[in-house]
Amino acid sequence: MTQIISLLTSAIVFGTVILYGAVGEIFTEKSGNLNLGVPGIMYLGGIAGLATAFFYEMYAAEPVGWIGLLLSFIAAFAASALAGLIYAFLTISLRANQNVTGLTLTIFGAGVANLFGGSLNAMAGGVGQISVATTSRAYRAYIPALSGLGHVGQLLFSFGFMAYLAVAVALFASWFFNRSRVGLNLRAVGEDPATADAAGINVTRYKYLATCLGAGVSGLGGLYYVMDYIKGTWSTDGTIEALGWLAVALVIFATWKPARAIWSAYLFGVLYWAYNYITGLSRASIELFKMLPYVVTILVLVAVSLRRSREAQPPKSLGLSYFREER
Amino acid sequence: MTDQFAVRMVDITKSFGSILANNKVYLELRKGEILSLLGENGSGKTTLMNMLSGIYFPDDGQIYVNGREVTIASPHDAYRLGIGMVHQHFKLVDVLTAAENIALGLPGGAVVDRKAIGRKVRDICDRYGFVVDPDKKIYDMSVSEKQTLEIVKTLYRGAEILILDEPTAVLTPQETEKLFAVMRNMRNDGKSIIIITHKLNEVLEISDRVTVLRKGEYIGDMDTAKADARALTDMMVGRTVTLNIQRDEPVDPQRRLEIRNLTVKDKEGVTRLDDISLDVYAGEILGVAGISGCGQKELLEAVAGLQPTQSGSSVKYRPTGPEGPAEELIGQNPRTIAEKGIRLAFVPEDRLGMGLVANMTLVGNMMLKEYRSGKGPLVERRHPHELAEQVVRELEVVTPSIDTPVRKLSGGNVQKVLVGREIAMGPTVLMSAYAVRGLDINTSYTIYKLLNEQKKAGVAVIYVGEDLDVLLQLCDRIAVLCGGRLNAILDGRTATKEQVGYLMTNMKDMSGEEAGA
Repeated sequence: MTQIISLLTSAIVFGTVILYGAVGEIFTEKSGNLNLGVPGIMYLGGIAGLATAFFYEMYAAEPVGWIGLLLSFIAAFAASALAGLIYAFLTISLRANQNVTGLTLTIFGAGVANLFGGSLNAMAGGVGQISVATTSRAYRAYIPALSGLGHVGQLLFSFGFMAYLAVAVALFASWFFNRSRVGLNLRAVGEDPATADAAGINVTRYKYLATCLGAGVSGLGGLYYVMDYIKGTWSTDGTIEALGWLAVALVIFATWKPARAIWSAYLFGVLYWAYNYITGLSRASIELFKMLPYVVTILVLVAVSLRRSREAQPPKSLGLSYFREER
Repeated sequence: MTDQFAVRMVDITKSFGSILANNKVYLELRKGEILSLLGENGSGKTTLMNMLSGIYFPDDGQIYVNGREVTIASPHDAYRLGIGMVHQHFKLVDVLTAAENIALGLPGGAVVDRKAIGRKVRDICDRYGFVVDPDKKIYDMSVSEKQTLEIVKTLYRGAEILILDEPTAVLTPQETEKLFAVMRNMRNDGKSIIIITHKLNEVLEISDRVTVLRKGEYIGDMDTAKADARALTDMMVGRTVTLNIQRDEPVDPQRRLEIRNLTVKDKEGVTRLDDISLDVYAGEILGVAGISGCGQKELLEAVAGLQPTQSGSSVKYRPTGPEGPAEELIGQNPRTIAEKGIRLAFVPEDRLGMGLVANMTLVGNMMLKEYRSGKGPLVERRHPHELAEQVVRELEVVTPSIDTPVRKLSGGNVQKVLVGREIAMGPTVLMSAYAVRGLDINTSYTIYKLLNEQKKAGVAVIYVGEDLDVLLQLCDRIAVLCGGRLNAILDGRTATKEQVGYLMTNMKDMSGEEAGA
């Protein structure tokens, strides 16, 4: 029982990282923009949050946890949204190829983040030395009374606030796309921009806003990873990038539905960590297990394609740029 | 005085690149009338209406709505002025419901009130006699349902001026009747309606007045009551122009293609070609006339092995005349046809999409037809190289070199490369679609000359064209298509422009009426 709870707990932590990435990317993709820069954006969110917290803790006489949290949260969101803005400008205004732009953004984000991450480490006194303990503690704070309620308590209440925020954002997104007027307009933009345009919707504005806000949300995944998952440190092992790609896979797995992304993210977490709870695995089979999330994504793609369900398809104009007077 | 006009468009000009789509066009729409906007495809009807509905912005000219000069910069502006357009390609989002599609882009609360929309939709439906289910998804709807929804959508937005772009093109006769009934209800309710069409019988049946465009220019308008089909056809197709295209008598024409009962349906199940039977002879040019989209593309592609056909369709190829052996082309693909040694040349309408690869060089494009013929694992480059040089030399293609990507060539030179390649294979059947579209006069004559040479060499040539003067002076026989059906086969030497124009727009045996041919 303890083992299962422990697996589920680590699955939720793992899932939260990619849930942010995926929900942000769903926002972006619903506007018809396929942003493959998610890993880079998560990198940028992570490093922006970490750097902000680091300098705050370095220069404040007595660093206060929640101030560090607030500052780093804003910085992470802003940096990621800015990356989204770059992508939006290139693909929407200049009509650059979306795949190329996205992949470039991934490389750019990883490079920038590791450059600053390494520099911060050096400033802090050497490899692996950086730590923003105060801020990270604020991120990881939970209500002890509730988490003490046995297994259930541990499973439901032992996480930092961002794990719950991720679920809230996903549920909000689900409501937004299906019920709200603006969400409906956004879906129309991603499905058929010419139709949206003819209906009087400002396609360019919707695309810009969705792409920037979506990138902002994706970047929070990187922040959560840095502050909570690895407890306010920096490592250049490329895990964020791997998680970023997993977030992109999760969008497909969840068939562009944010509510589905919640449990799918946790399922990915279970699949990813399962090797830890199966005894007697060799190193090679561990890597095989880590592959499982990608394998199930492919299976879902196959199943969706076979069923030809109209509801489980990507937005119709995904990856295409829009120009009104094109003939 | 101007108050009787819902819309007046004065001296409207619009060009796309070097193509002048509308040249000083005039249009007036009176309040509470149905106006037909008549013209062949490419005459600029849709362009003109797109400017009224805010999709395009005019280069020059004035638009008056209810007597006031207005600027319509976006569809949103058009809606504010009470102008709603139902496009030929429906502007509906597939995965949303009818009510959601209606709500798109409208102001209102944060949450879409589906019930309120449903109520208002039902009100509109009751008033004019529509049937729409607000909760039905678009992908579950038939074409006619989608069109109804489009009209309801514009009315929901308070449109007083409705533009319908070829609304009957996708409807069955019964559905067309229903649409016309609804249109009359709307007119009686005080709405002003413009219907874009090229079907004369519909013009005469539904509209109060008709405005005619030809090649982007305003020709005139008249009250429908005073118009007849013959007069309107003349306005649509214009006077005969003499072109001095050489036309020799066919020498010993032998039947080479026997097209029998050819029927093609598109993905939506709409019949694009309906039971066509036609012979094509070696040593003659067969012209195919018709309003664009009446099955020309499907006809050529069915013969070329690119188009799935309905069962019962047959295209027999007889290389040595009517008594010789025959090969069935239906059910084959271009590769199997080529492997059987049938040299079928095809110059498609979409030159850089289907005909050539835009990013490849002249040599590369020559190679496309013969890359399989070489021995060994490497493609043979020498012959395509020579061929490219030969085409450039003989057809006077203007290009920096034969290693230039074809996308950098002008339209006329692209067409020369394509035709040159197709002719070089020594075809027995040569099919061309809109071979001179967008070409200058000299290049057009080069193409005519090449086609005539092929005819003399005993090739069966099919020429799908849109310029009736060319068809009448180049082709030996002319097959006229109308709405996917074969309306008539005329002798190119005796047929008149009016006759062809009339047959293109009036199905002969529909509802028992004989065309005055």
